[in-house]
Amino acid sequence: MASTILSRRDLEFLLYEWLDVTALTSRERFREHSRETFDAVLELSAEIATEHFAPHNKKADANEPVMLPDGTVEVVDEVARALKVFADAGLTAAQFDEEIGGMQLPAVLARASMCWFQAANAGTSSYPLLTVGNANLLVEYGTPEQVDQWVRPMLEGRFFGTMCLSETGAGSSLADITTRALPRDDGTYRVSGTKMWISGGDHGLSENIVHLVLAKVPGGGPGVKGISLLVVPKFLADGTRNDVTLVGLNHKMGNRGTTNTVLAFGDGTHPVDGEPGAVGYLVGERHRGLAYMFHMMNEARVGVGFLATALGYTGYLKAVEYAKSRTQGRPPAAKDPAARPVRLIEHADVRRMLLAQKSYVEGALALGLYCSLLIDEQETAATDDDRERAGVLLDVLTPIAKSWPAQWCLEANSLAIQVHGGYGYTRDYDVEQLYRDNRLNQIHEGTHGIQGLDLLGRKVVADGGAGLRLLVDTIGATVARAETGGPDLVEYATAVAAATRRLVDVTKILWSAGDPTTTLANSSVYLEATGHVVVAWMWLEQLLAVGAKEGAFYDGKRQAARYFLRYELPRTTAQFDLLASLDRTTLDTEPDWF
Amino acid sequence: MNIVVLVKQVPDTWSERKLTDADHTLDRESADAVLDEINERAVEEALLLKEAHGGEVTVIAMGPGRATDAIRKALSMGADKAVHVSDDALHGSDVIATAKVLAKAIGTVEGFDLVIAGNEATDGRAGAIPAILAEILGLPQVTQLRKVTVEGTTVKGERETEEGVAHLEASLPAIVSVTEKINEPRYPSFKGIMAAKKKPVTTLTVADLGVDAGEVGLGGAWSGVIEASPKPPRSAGQRIDDEGVGGSKIAEYLVGQKLI
Repeated sequence: MASTILSRRDLEFLLYEWLDVTALTSRERFREHSRETFDAVLELSAEIATEHFAPHNKKADANEPVMLPDGTVEVVDEVARALKVFADAGLTAAQFDEEIGGMQLPAVLARASMCWFQAANAGTSSYPLLTVGNANLLVEYGTPEQVDQWVRPMLEGRFFGTMCLSETGAGSSLADITTRALPRDDGTYRVSGTKMWISGGDHGLSENIVHLVLAKVPGGGPGVKGISLLVVPKFLADGTRNDVTLVGLNHKMGNRGTTNTVLAFGDGTHPVDGEPGAVGYLVGERHRGLAYMFHMMNEARVGVGFLATALGYTGYLKAVEYAKSRTQGRPPAAKDPAARPVRLIEHADVRRMLLAQKSYVEGALALGLYCSLLIDEQETAATDDDRERAGVLLDVLTPIAKSWPAQWCLEANSLAIQVHGGYGYTRDYDVEQLYRDNRLNQIHEGTHGIQGLDLLGRKVVADGGAGLRLLVDTIGATVARAETGGPDLVEYATAVAAATRRLVDVTKILWSAGDPTTTLANSSVYLEATGHVVVAWMWLEQLLAVGAKEGAFYDGKRQAARYFLRYELPRTTAQFDLLASLDRTTLDTEPDWF
Repeated sequence: MNIVVLVKQVPDTWSERKLTDADHTLDRESADAVLDEINERAVEEALLLKEAHGGEVTVIAMGPGRATDAIRKALSMGADKAVHVSDDALHGSDVIATAKVLAKAIGTVEGFDLVIAGNEATDGRAGAIPAILAEILGLPQVTQLRKVTVEGTTVKGERETEEGVAHLEASLPAIVSVTEKINEPRYPSFKGIMAAKKKPVTTLTVADLGVDAGEVGLGGAWSGVIEASPKPPRSAGQRIDDEGVGGSKIAEYLVGQKLI
């Protein structure tokens, strides 16, 4: 029986038959790797995800973390055991440099590996994901001493990490944060303020928790210019408790295995040397904190897209399994009411729902892996030009790699529930939890609306539109290859080419509106339409990799591509029409009309 | 101490397993191939003994080219080196031929003290290899163990049966086989995966081992599969409507099937 967590076959197709990731092993950074080590890591990930992450997914959902009277947090026991196995296997350190205990695994393989854990158990997988993000930032901007002190124990799985950006009054708008960090003569800082929505903010799963905190250090000017980045550990190096206190836990719709906290920094609950204020250590230079944080944002946002994809993918596999085993109803042409009922999958509408899910989740996985390979290209490609091009393309694709899976793989989860009928709406089956877990992904790491503004307001116009030009040229190269193929390929290539031209035209129209308010009024619609064009391109790429290969797997790819290009891509016509009309409905609506 | 572990690549028990129509041998293409789970436990036990007593762990596998994946997994877990016996002439070998070849392969490992095998593979399920090997090599065998310890030149073990637990011992060198209760195997670590690439794997043919190709393979087999057919699909169950006497009817059915 094949796994319903993720498809190893599809991962192999995308990684080896399409992206040819084995070619990375010719680069200096990855020279110790080979197809063998890539396969072994994927196999190890699948095994640990199956045996240690999936089994407690429902239990952790049903028993969300509890704050005890003594201020500590209780999490179901299986979470700690799973995370120990994960860290002992060396997976936390996978992507990092050898010299700090890492294995220099390419980002594209590290993402594929992590996808197994995200699909098996979103809640538990968040702890290492956050820790890796935290460690990445410190490696990039911290001092060698900070790397030794905080990153090494994180890579060994002894410490976990968090990112503390939002506050109760400032989420998407970080310029408004009020947390302060005041310098001391000894070079340290004392941090005070309250942080909100901090995932993994408190628990007893690790020896220490390394918080990366955005705070304002006096003298940095107004808004985001005054923001600095500090390391604020739960316990100081000598084991003293730092003045970081759990105020409470947030009770969430999904992702319940991850503690989500309100944290008080420096409220005097745990004074250090007799004084209130959490001891913090500056990372990099003062007042550059937000720039550092955003430098890592591409990877963090691609990571959120993967979480959405993983949840959509596992829901799809569970829906397929259910549709192949559950019998219900008879075909429209059947005349005998006493005839045996057929399997759900025999019904055309059920197959439509499965094809929709397949086209969303496999399209999203392709996009996520493509972007992850761009991360590798950005760091290790042979020439400066190639590295820069990869960076520009990654920049323009990032809002889509985050938001498209968050929207459409959630839709896949909705369809997975629909395939299960009434049972899908009950907690006896897995799919309702997947939907709840996935709903978060349109919200965190920049909401859907923020991504729309980022794409239309920044990414497609940055550097005189260099990002959009490069995207269009890259799609154009795929179209050119496809145009020499068979009739189906030509049909799809023509459709993708037309949609891409429309994207360029509509972008020009939007930016000729004369004022940014009108241009950006429908940026979420622009984000969705562009996302569909990009994923249609991903399907065209997959079709080229399928070529003339035979077998059910490849036929399935052909059919999902056909579905996406016939049922989904045409949606963009209406969206582009609306955008091109510079529609002002939302702008002309007064608040008191609601 | 030097330990040899016998490992085998088998079709994943989650896959649909079948025999080929041509010669009724295992259809290796039809299923995913994995390191047999009982062998993971055998490797684990060897690693635990090595950790306690020092020495070296050598894995030996007989199988086609792709069995290297199973060997790599054992090396990733921590075994030190491997011997892979691979030869087209071995296709279709029965347990006697397999034991003959393995005995020769074990002989290439200098100064071994202990051979550890699983009690039976999930595909062939003969469970006879350890005993035949002991006979060929003239070594004591202590089989079906749930616990293994080594004290000096003695290996001690516990064998659990329906009647109770037998405490067994033998002098080294010896052959032991282990059951599912022996331990929980470790996962390979990422470091182990990278290290495995550099560990030596010696590939040998039957000729290298001095075995006559005529004694092995389908031609040399003492037993063979004459015919194989898939088990018949489950027939429809018998439906009992409960009209107040459902319990009795179920009891009657079970009595009729001689189940109670």
